[in-house]
Amino acid sequence: MKDLNEDQVARSANLKGMGCSRKRVEDARFTQGKGNYVDDVKLPGMLHGDFVRSPYAHARIKSIDTSKAMAVDGVIAVLTAADLAPLNLHWMPTLAGDKQMVLADGKVLFQGQEVAFVVAKDRFIAADAVELVEVDYEELPVIVNPFEALQSDVVLREDIADQKEGAHGPRKHHNHIFTWEAGEEAATNDVIDNAEVVATETMYYHRTHPCPLETCGSVASMDKVNGKLTVWGTFQAPHVVRTVASLLSGIEEHNIRVISPDIGGGFGNKVGVYPGYVCSIVASIVTGKPVKWIEDRMENLMSTAFARDYWMTGKIAATKDGKITGLHCHVTADHGAFDACADPTKFPAGFMNICTGSYDIPTAYLAVDGVYTNKAPGGVSYRCSFRVTEAVYFIERMIEVLAIELNMDAAELRRINFIKKDQFPYQSALGWEYDSGDYHTAWDKALKAVDYEGLRKEQAERVEAFKRGETRSLMGIGLSFFTEIVGAGPVKNCDILGMGMFDSCEIRIHPTGSAIARLGTISQGQGHATTFAQILASEIGLPADSITIEEGDTDTAPYGLGTYGSRSTPVAGAATALAGRKIRAKAQMIAAYLLEVHDDDLEWDIDRFVVKGAPERFKTMKEIAYAAYNQAIPGVEPGLEAVSYYDPPNMTYPFGAYVCVMDIDVDTGVQTIRRFYALDDCGTRINPMIIEGQVHGGLTEALAVALGQEIAYDDMGNVKTGTLMDFFLPTAWEVPNYETDHTVTPSPHHPIGAKGVGESPHVGGVPCFSNAVNDAFRAFGNRHTHMPHDHWRIWQTANKLGLHG
Amino acid sequence: MYAFDVTRPKTVAEAVAALAGDEAQALGGGQTLIPTLKQRLASPATLVSLTAIDEMKGVCADGGTLTIGGGTTHATVAAEASAYPALAALAANIGDPAVRSRGTIGGSLANNDPSACYPSAALASGATIVTNNREIAADDYFQGLFTTALNEGEIITAVKFPVPEKANYQKFVQPASRFSLVGVFVAKYADGVRVAVTGASENGVFRWTEAEAALSANFSADAVEGLTASADGLINDLHGDAEYRAHLIKVMTKRAVAAAK
Repeated sequence: MKDLNEDQVARSANLKGMGCSRKRVEDARFTQGKGNYVDDVKLPGMLHGDFVRSPYAHARIKSIDTSKAMAVDGVIAVLTAADLAPLNLHWMPTLAGDKQMVLADGKVLFQGQEVAFVVAKDRFIAADAVELVEVDYEELPVIVNPFEALQSDVVLREDIADQKEGAHGPRKHHNHIFTWEAGEEAATNDVIDNAEVVATETMYYHRTHPCPLETCGSVASMDKVNGKLTVWGTFQAPHVVRTVASLLSGIEEHNIRVISPDIGGGFGNKVGVYPGYVCSIVASIVTGKPVKWIEDRMENLMSTAFARDYWMTGKIAATKDGKITGLHCHVTADHGAFDACADPTKFPAGFMNICTGSYDIPTAYLAVDGVYTNKAPGGVSYRCSFRVTEAVYFIERMIEVLAIELNMDAAELRRINFIKKDQFPYQSALGWEYDSGDYHTAWDKALKAVDYEGLRKEQAERVEAFKRGETRSLMGIGLSFFTEIVGAGPVKNCDILGMGMFDSCEIRIHPTGSAIARLGTISQGQGHATTFAQILASEIGLPADSITIEEGDTDTAPYGLGTYGSRSTPVAGAATALAGRKIRAKAQMIAAYLLEVHDDDLEWDIDRFVVKGAPERFKTMKEIAYAAYNQAIPGVEPGLEAVSYYDPPNMTYPFGAYVCVMDIDVDTGVQTIRRFYALDDCGTRINPMIIEGQVHGGLTEALAVALGQEIAYDDMGNVKTGTLMDFFLPTAWEVPNYETDHTVTPSPHHPIGAKGVGESPHVGGVPCFSNAVNDAFRAFGNRHTHMPHDHWRIWQTANKLGLHG
Repeated sequence: MYAFDVTRPKTVAEAVAALAGDEAQALGGGQTLIPTLKQRLASPATLVSLTAIDEMKGVCADGGTLTIGGGTTHATVAAEASAYPALAALAANIGDPAVRSRGTIGGSLANNDPSACYPSAALASGATIVTNNREIAADDYFQGLFTTALNEGEIITAVKFPVPEKANYQKFVQPASRFSLVGVFVAKYADGVRVAVTGASENGVFRWTEAEAALSANFSADAVEGLTASADGLINDLHGDAEYRAHLIKVMTKRAVAAAK
């Protein structure tokens, strides 16, 4: 970039464009209680819904008696599957090509499943009536283990028991959903069979839950006079909800307005369509009144979308000196009662085939078997792109296990296998084209920053001191190097229910030089109103403070696929930049007319067009905006607006290098994080402060998952972690100080080179914390222990290794 | 919640009278009762709030005894019980600031949650639970899980703690709830050492008498080294089994002894 003069520096600063740590414009209202969330929507005559839920994980419903509930004063309706069946709404399609009961139809398949929906004049009456609905259950055998499910005679999904073909190919068993493969099986087996060294490990990535601060909910309002349905809801993809609602209900899409107001965190939990949304809509259509449904925390944890629950077995082959030659991965994926994974249609296991990680692995094979069990449906990407956290955890643990097998330093093993800078764009063995990367530079910077050699020396000394009985504390060094795959995605291979995963931006410049831009995405705390305005400020030369960003209202925003999988900046951010460039192109024509020069005689200078070679002759964007509306310009339409729909040519591949230094109290199992260093490369950086915030948040959710956060079931399918008394949600109390750092390797195919960052810290953080725990015990013969590494499990590891005397 | 009425008496006498009413329930800081009501697990007709009774509030050190009003919040105890530093430290580490600003010592002891902190301090200190009509020794007061010697409608008006020579409370938190997975309170008096354990037992707070004997003879962490806390009757749950809890009882006891002052 050429040096700017003093005037240019001042004008540039005034824009608060890309690269500026602009304060979040959303926070004034969030911190002062002025947010507008779904539960803040209160409409005249609004009714309230509440669910009767199944106490059993698997049971036949012999009868449902709603008469006592209906007799309660103030109860308007009690809906059951029998009421929804004539509308064909007792089941609904899932995002994964399966179908799901809206209300229990003949049987229940997981604890907490929706059985009946009570609609009443207030929330208390609804709750009273829920207790009066009498359901006669006949308990059935419960299966909570996917391996058992594949052996069992018990048919969980009787509705599809005879279907040999599922949405993703043949089904091997009545509790089997799909087998999904990538790579070359025979070639991979051949490499492994003939390898000098092979490391094998099975790891369980436990079931957990995104647990956003705000639970899920909706308010549906059917205006029977105008035939218009308005739905406010906790939707990460409001346009998709509109289309699905139209297809299911038969109401034409122009008569449905879906609004995602402020959303208190999503993390994947608010991508799917839940029975509560459908029931509130149906109830509003039936009653002609607005109907609100807001779930409580226990309902959120028990019944809305979980994450992970993957059993992963890996074989990794290498030469004696550590060059990886092949990777084999098999996953048994527990999807619960319905396959409601939120993945692009062609990817029933998400992007699990990014599991070759950051390494140049010539031959690889992946197979994923999806299985039904008596657990809640879901399988969402909790703060990650589709199943990328699972993939990165898998490869980063396999690298550690291979390092043990080779008796080699794990950092060095990574270094000699990284994809080299000059190999990009890199074609992976499992089918992806990595856009750009400079892994060695990032790794070296990270290891130097933490004095990696010094840490290893200290660790070795600690082990000796422990053996001499001088300390009861061990030290773990957790390493992880991750490559994300985000920004879904190219329409050619990414769609959701047939809807291509492009995104959009529509810009309207006002005559006085301010603007509004609307996008197809929806912020859930990411700070879109701040960062998208910065992209635009840099593109069109109007101050970010003069640009309103609006999202989430399908009547006003352009169609888009929503916010999840770190796709907002890679896709909608690109649309924003390109729409801005259309504005600028028209502005250039206007400026040329005003300055009486040819278009080509102008050059762009931060916030204005300047006549080349005559810097005193210019028109600012503010002046151009006014002229666009108020001056007749021959051959140019009045107004200054643009819209861009962006179909990305490829995904983006952010990466990063993390190091965790942990001390473990062997006597109690308590792990203390002494240091956490996170280097992220997300390409071009739009707002460093927001990036840092995203990294802190993602690392904290990684800490949660790695060290204790779990949805646990007992053998009867009862949820053991149904409240925050048992489900671990970290606060400032548990969170260490994070050191953040970065390198910048722009995406070559993205208009501004940005790659997305919201999920990187989670994807890279989970294996980093886990590797630290496992590494602490490496000197005592430990290879692998499953997450979550809570105090008790760590203590058990120490116990098994004979470290308690 | 179900619907209920609330009264806020100004004196103990008024509160006792109000509690005599049909399905009346005393409400201290509400840190347990309010969530219970929200989950519809209790349905009192009337809540008798004790928070307006000034005679039940405050911390007073007199001679060798620290007296704390039953309606005194954890935050107040943390700030004002300097005569008994281990007790002040315990109070300062209950829940979070919001909990400490509302929760009361009387409420905690009346509820006798098996994972609460205060029962261990009361039992280890040989405290006296003062109610509106009698005084109960701590050894007689705690009678099992959520069970105490209190009669229906009886209110804890104060707790009297003999101030020990040395004491310390070690709390090993359950990470999700931050209640005690195991909490050990050790108090050394001229006539012996008392050790009370919370969080661990299916029967609520209890005294580890073997450790008391060993520590009364030799007040050092080494004195506990040869002992093993029994896992019989300890809690097995998602966050730790009986064996783990038994192990932690010993570890926390040793640490409490080492840190006692």
